[in-house]
Amino acid sequence: MSTEVAEVVEKKSEPLFSKKNRKLITNPLDIDNPVTVQVLGICSALAVTTQMKPAMVMAIALTVVTASSNFIISIMRNSIPSRIRIIVQLAVVSLWVIMVDQVLKAYVYDIWKQLSVFIGLIITNCIVMGRLEAYAMGNKPGPSFLDGIGNGLGYGLILMIVAFFRELLGGGSIFGFKVFEAMGLDYKGNGLMLLPAGACVIVGVVIWVQRSINGYRETH
Amino acid sequence: MKFLRNQLDKVKHQFEKGGKLEKYFYAYEAMDTFLFAPNTTNEVKGSQIRDAIDLKRLMMTVIIAMVPCLLFGIYNVGHQHFLAIGDAGATLGQKIGVGLWQVLPIVVVSYAVGLGIEFVFAIIRKHPVNEGFLVTGMLIPLVMPPDIPLWQVGVATAFAVIIGKEAFGGTGMNVVNVALTARAFLYFAYPTDISGDVWTYLGDAQVVAGFSGATPLSVAGDASTNGNNVIAALNSFGTGWNEGVFTLQNMFLGFRPGSIGETSTLMCLIGGLILIATGTGSWKIIVSVFGGAYAMGLLLNLVGSTPYTQLPAYYHLVIGGLAFGAVFMATDPVTAAQTETGKWVYGLLIGMFTVLIRNFNPAYPEGIMLAILFMNVFAPLIDYVVVSANKKRRLQRATV
Repeated sequence: MSTEVAEVVEKKSEPLFSKKNRKLITNPLDIDNPVTVQVLGICSALAVTTQMKPAMVMAIALTVVTASSNFIISIMRNSIPSRIRIIVQLAVVSLWVIMVDQVLKAYVYDIWKQLSVFIGLIITNCIVMGRLEAYAMGNKPGPSFLDGIGNGLGYGLILMIVAFFRELLGGGSIFGFKVFEAMGLDYKGNGLMLLPAGACVIVGVVIWVQRSINGYRETH
Repeated sequence: MKFLRNQLDKVKHQFEKGGKLEKYFYAYEAMDTFLFAPNTTNEVKGSQIRDAIDLKRLMMTVIIAMVPCLLFGIYNVGHQHFLAIGDAGATLGQKIGVGLWQVLPIVVVSYAVGLGIEFVFAIIRKHPVNEGFLVTGMLIPLVMPPDIPLWQVGVATAFAVIIGKEAFGGTGMNVVNVALTARAFLYFAYPTDISGDVWTYLGDAQVVAGFSGATPLSVAGDASTNGNNVIAALNSFGTGWNEGVFTLQNMFLGFRPGSIGETSTLMCLIGGLILIATGTGSWKIIVSVFGGAYAMGLLLNLVGSTPYTQLPAYYHLVIGGLAFGAVFMATDPVTAAQTETGKWVYGLLIGMFTVLIRNFNPAYPEGIMLAILFMNVFAPLIDYVVVSANKKRRLQRATV
């Protein structure tokens, strides 16, 4: 009898960064990536990646929103009536989106203007809603928060890779720094990379490379 | 011949199992079968007849069909060059010399880059080198402007072969035409080098007074925008230095600026005849592309309001790259519709979209490239509809 109780106590005091919870952060970076494996959040990934700076801001914004909403929803998860849970989730997400929006407007106005509608559209980003439904509604606040961070980073990682190639090939610069010019080379910008079609090609190549490295295959 | 055979046999053992260069066996095999018909025979059981026409010979037939376009293209590049610099006395030899000087490097770059990538993928994926690139490598130079920078040809070829073909699994698996993928890549990546006044090779020479490198399509588009009669604009173009370059007859013969291989409708038709006579290309697609363009031209003549739409429908068949696209691009057996009814629909829609784009999209003077790529994507859907309709029809007839 006493041993059973001890076991339960042990489970409750699972440390925040246990092996299982660390997986919540590392999985979305590779085998469970929201963009390249689950193919979510594609439209913003194509829209904001022409340059690295806005892509990074967007990634941070999405990470903050996903993690915080995951946390809050997870706290509330037992008192949300399941029939209206989407509306409750939306209300929480919109709160965070508005806050992020205002902060960006106050501190990085230029980038906020570049990102324009896509900050507001985080509210409909499939990654945010997907994580709330799939994870936060059934797990404790701590792991939910980590899950949000992990998925935000997974999204951000792909965004940064795509933006790196788009900015480098399209404009010959990285974070606005003219790389080829600094090396004394004459670089002719590749117009295709500035179009959404170019981003689509790069996302495709990233998926190709990723799958040939980790051997992931879709199962039917 | 004997010498080549001996040389190949001499190094063969190194590539066979256990040999030093075992990894590169497929590279060796590609060279071997490129030079000689494979001497493999069937097993005793089963079918005893094997035609020597394998994929490689088939591809060579297409290349032979392209030779008239290529030769004329080489001549025409030189011809346009000397017209542009006002040297009317240039001999045939000089013109061909200039043409070769411009065109050959493009062909070499296209083949070198494309085949290099094919070999690398064949070795990594351990399969024989496919022959698909033989035709693509010749098509790419033919759809380029004569003064395209060579590095752009290389980049476009690499993009087309890797993204357009190898990503989908190699020869025979591509969704869209590989050569057109290369051209579309340049079209969107480096628009300034493949549109506008780039269609004539000028070199360092001073151009003649009043020179304009415009193509008939851009002349027609401009005339229409300004509300002028398109035919009059075409006929009066080039006064002073290149009289009558855009008359109907001249455009049919191909003595006009444009991509290397596309200018001459006549040469494309000769190529088309070779393809049809050898059974390599589908005559249904070729005919229906021309038919679709003509029909759309007639329809626009009836209902259109701008001067461009009043251009006689047969003009659409000889200007731009319609003939080249219809004969060599649309008939690509991998990306075209496979069903016989589907081929008619596929071709007709290509022709109609081409003329529609020419008329109504001022950003894209020529529509054949986009029309073919677009219909490539829809070809499986067309086939699906045709097959389903056939199934439905036969089910109704069934009495069980």
